[in-house]
Amino acid sequence: MAGTALRGRLTWQNAKVAAVIRQTARAVTIVLDVPGWPGQRAGQHLDVRLTAEDGYRAERSYSIASAPGEPVAITVERLDDGEVSPYLTDELRAGDTLEVRGPIGGYFVWDPGKDRGPLLLVAGGSGIVPLRSILRHRERTGSTAPARLLYSSRSLAEVIYRDELDNDGAGVTVVYTLTRSQPPGWTGHAGRVDAALLAEVAWPVDGEPLAFVCGPTSFVETAAQDLVELGYQPGRVKTERFGATGGR
Amino acid sequence: MSPVSRGFHGRRRVPAQQAGRVPPGQYVTEDFPVLSAGPTPHTPTGNWTFSIRQGGSVRRSWDWLQMRALPAETVTADIHCVTRWSKLGTEWQAVSMDTLLDQVEHDARYVLAFCDGGYTTNLPLADVTGGRAWLAFGFDGQPLPAEHGGPARLLVPHLYFWKSAKWVRGLDLLDADQPGFWETYGYHRYGDPWREQRYAGD
Amino acid sequence: MDALDGNAIGGLLHEVFGTEMTAAAAMCAACGATRPVAECVVYLDAPGVVVRCRSCGSVLMVVIRGRDRNCVDLRGLAAIEAR
Repeated sequence: MAGTALRGRLTWQNAKVAAVIRQTARAVTIVLDVPGWPGQRAGQHLDVRLTAEDGYRAERSYSIASAPGEPVAITVERLDDGEVSPYLTDELRAGDTLEVRGPIGGYFVWDPGKDRGPLLLVAGGSGIVPLRSILRHRERTGSTAPARLLYSSRSLAEVIYRDELDNDGAGVTVVYTLTRSQPPGWTGHAGRVDAALLAEVAWPVDGEPLAFVCGPTSFVETAAQDLVELGYQPGRVKTERFGATGGR
Repeated sequence: MSPVSRGFHGRRRVPAQQAGRVPPGQYVTEDFPVLSAGPTPHTPTGNWTFSIRQGGSVRRSWDWLQMRALPAETVTADIHCVTRWSKLGTEWQAVSMDTLLDQVEHDARYVLAFCDGGYTTNLPLADVTGGRAWLAFGFDGQPLPAEHGGPARLLVPHLYFWKSAKWVRGLDLLDADQPGFWETYGYHRYGDPWREQRYAGD
Repeated sequence: MDALDGNAIGGLLHEVFGTEMTAAAAMCAACGATRPVAECVVYLDAPGVVVRCRSCGSVLMVVIRGRDRNCVDLRGLAAIEAR
């Protein structure tokens, strides 16, 4: 099944927007109906292509927010000076057509059948999207792999999937760090993810943990380097960089 | 044919036909997109030199202060990127390439511009002389930002903007045309936007 | 203008090679470093897509998207092995 999802032609398809669900003030989840969709693996992404009336085109990649077996959906966070994201978060409606290509990716994927070890998920901003797919897949498959999520967000209001993450089942620990503002009475972490915070949250290396780090480029590079310095094997720190501001 | 995405406009742009002074296949933008093939170099002006080389030796070289002591001018130009955006009326502070090349006696017919970070681009000598090219160190009255090629870049507005090499550090004088970075990978050797010479073979 | 990584061109590479390539092992012809394509440095905002070695910065791969075709230059790769 996974093999057929990877091989063969990857072509642009006209998907129907089934629903647009607001997640935060700046983020929406777009549920898609893609004809012939082969199903996604946890951590994969898809490409979106927009065409204006004069033929002008813009293409972007977005991580899939849903788990294998669930309807394919992406979560998009609006970049104020973005060219594509404001269209997807503010204009797109159910019933619209969206040209997509996917699923894409064979590196930044988690497969409980093949991947072993405790899971460390490190998210910077919208980097949470593919990690949420991994967490949902973990729950849906009844995986017993212990999981920890370290999620860095500018503020609590900008945390995506908050209700879901706060209610996560046994075996998952979620740690937030809020970098720009904290609500009154906040007793959690504040400030950027650094070596000290990772040392506190990350699984000890003797359990052979597997880490997935996703978010803006500088966030990913710092966190991945810190994990390697903590002793994580470089081959067991998977990275996905979203660019300076986490998306376009 | 892709379906039109309802309500999608993209960045503000004016179709070439309406603009009138824009080459075929281009749209006008108000932005100034940053395109890079590698990390942005950050060369302090104290370390900067511009050299004209030939046959492996330096014929003439200027450091930053020497270059800034040369007569400079404000250049207003329309610029055209091969990725289809054009920006009209851009304003630069620059030294004419004639001022630099006039100080070297030679009979080379081509140049290869070389830059910090390893970028190169080739041009006929005729296209960097005769008032058609500059060494630009300022944009819109400010020092040229590193992301746009500072401390100094080549400015050759009559050709596609990949010829206006960012972070330029000099020119190699050549007898024969030699493809630079993008030309090696399939872009046109000359790059005239008015004849839409984007790719090799156009 | 931060660089991205090979994940960002997963779709393009699939189009070019006919198969998923982000997990493929890429060996730099200049320095010999080998890593998954997904971990290579990618510059997307250019007249072409430029993939560079994370260890030495050399160009591994360039993809130019022409009018009706993709042109791929792989001279910077000593080897690429897709599973």
